[in-house]
Amino acid sequence: MSSGLDKRASEEAIVASLADGMTLGVGGWGSRRKPMSLIRAICRSELKDLTVVSYGGPDVGLLCATGKVRKVVYGFVSLDAIPLEPYFRRARQSGAVEAVSLDEGMFQLGLRAAAWRVPFLPTRSGLGSDVTRVNPWLETVESPYPVGFDPLKLDSSGTDGTDGTDGTDVNSEREVLLAMPALRLDAALLHVHRADAAGNCVIGGSDPYFDDLFAAAADRAYVSCEAVLPTEALKAHGLRSLLIPRMAVAGVVEAPRGAHFTACEPDYGRDEGFQRDYAATAKDPAAWEDFRARYIDVTDEAAYREAVAGRSA
Amino acid sequence: MSLTARQRVCAVALAELFRGDGEIMASPMGPLPALGAKLAKATFEPALVLTDGVASVVDPDGATESWMPYRAVFDVLWSGRRHVLMGASQVDRFGNQNIACLGDPARPKVQLLGFRGAPGNTINHTTSYWIPKHSKRALVERVDVVSGVGYDRAAALGAAGRFHEIRAVVTDLCVFDFKTPDGSARLKSLHPGVSLEAVQESTGFQFSLAGAGPDAIPVSRSPTPAEDAVLDRLTGGA
Repeated sequence: MSSGLDKRASEEAIVASLADGMTLGVGGWGSRRKPMSLIRAICRSELKDLTVVSYGGPDVGLLCATGKVRKVVYGFVSLDAIPLEPYFRRARQSGAVEAVSLDEGMFQLGLRAAAWRVPFLPTRSGLGSDVTRVNPWLETVESPYPVGFDPLKLDSSGTDGTDGTDGTDVNSEREVLLAMPALRLDAALLHVHRADAAGNCVIGGSDPYFDDLFAAAADRAYVSCEAVLPTEALKAHGLRSLLIPRMAVAGVVEAPRGAHFTACEPDYGRDEGFQRDYAATAKDPAAWEDFRARYIDVTDEAAYREAVAGRSA
Repeated sequence: MSLTARQRVCAVALAELFRGDGEIMASPMGPLPALGAKLAKATFEPALVLTDGVASVVDPDGATESWMPYRAVFDVLWSGRRHVLMGASQVDRFGNQNIACLGDPARPKVQLLGFRGAPGNTINHTTSYWIPKHSKRALVERVDVVSGVGYDRAAALGAAGRFHEIRAVVTDLCVFDFKTPDGSARLKSLHPGVSLEAVQESTGFQFSLAGAGPDAIPVSRSPTPAEDAVLDRLTGGA
């Protein structure tokens, strides 16, 4: 028997529950499986001053292009086939957005620290690089254990047979590591393949990226999906694809082709032609205004789908 | 794709980066680096683990061996069982690399990719670089932003720097390594037909020389007939 919970909502209802200045995590990776229908709804809304935390693609670009962003937290922002996201690039070069530029691994550890409710996680990644120069708030932490300390090698008297003391060699160096702080998210936006009305999510395809981690790091996750299924139909997609349990999820939108124009393998690939046209609008203000009128400032996602269908007709 | 003689030399030099690596994951970025890694695997480093660039580990014929989503790549990276072969917008004399941005990072003149995984790669396992067009713009005295950590930065880290290794920088003209007392660049070999002067003129930093002097700099080796055959097979040409 299912939970009976029904968290289904429209893109507009979910965006209405968000507030100016929030920190939003966005799932997917580059130009792959981005919750674009939710992003488009934000672009159409009055929301502003957002901090966007993303393995970035056109989600970041469109939010920058429509003036929704105060700060971008990122390891990269790319359209995959087109290496550099043009609107993110422009926003950085004009100073329109602040940036927290991170190593991709640090980024993951920041989300994990948030998910585990610890203030930071230690890592070597970032040390020696200019990640610490551009983010001067980053601190280091000295290991309480000497290099090579191994509690499993201690004998019953607490000595390790090498230094005759308590297993710690006072002469041995303590490694200094970077303390990656938690990247706590007010909300996470994800696009998955299937979900039930309660928010249990099937992530198909070959790579779940870090969507489950974004959900865990957020106060609440909002999920768009290709199709809402009855709970009992989820298991047919394979137990191991049921990667996000409903307790993290506050809202579910049925959004077929909701990741367009990013890829949502195996259901559909990236719409490379559409993406090329999108990227080209960065070179021509009139082309951008036309793109915006056709594909963003439309009534809702259904109107967007019609506009995209009209393109190829 | 048919390869020029110079591309074949570069492919061999890129393959040679992985010699001795054994059963670790090779992560080449870009077409020629990928060709080099496949050549190494097809010849002298058969145990190398290569991915399809998406989420699968594949054998030389493209058959899937294992699963490698991004989350697993980071676990491999932190374990150290990996050698990444990255590009670079800038590399300097100590092997610091920049792919983040040009100018002041607070408001960059040119926003590039971002730090990507370069800081973590370079501090956790072996890293090499491929520069397809050797120039003073790419090979600079000081990078604008340190994404990948070089030898001067790593030396200041103590124990935390102990897994750092920049094995080499391969360009379309030559190979640099950092086998010097202070970890500064050394010209390891010149590709056939390339002069020391040509490299000096297009390099923005001072470097020392391998070999017995300016007239005895080693020459990057050309592919063997067997390697040429593998390169032809891998590129679908003859």
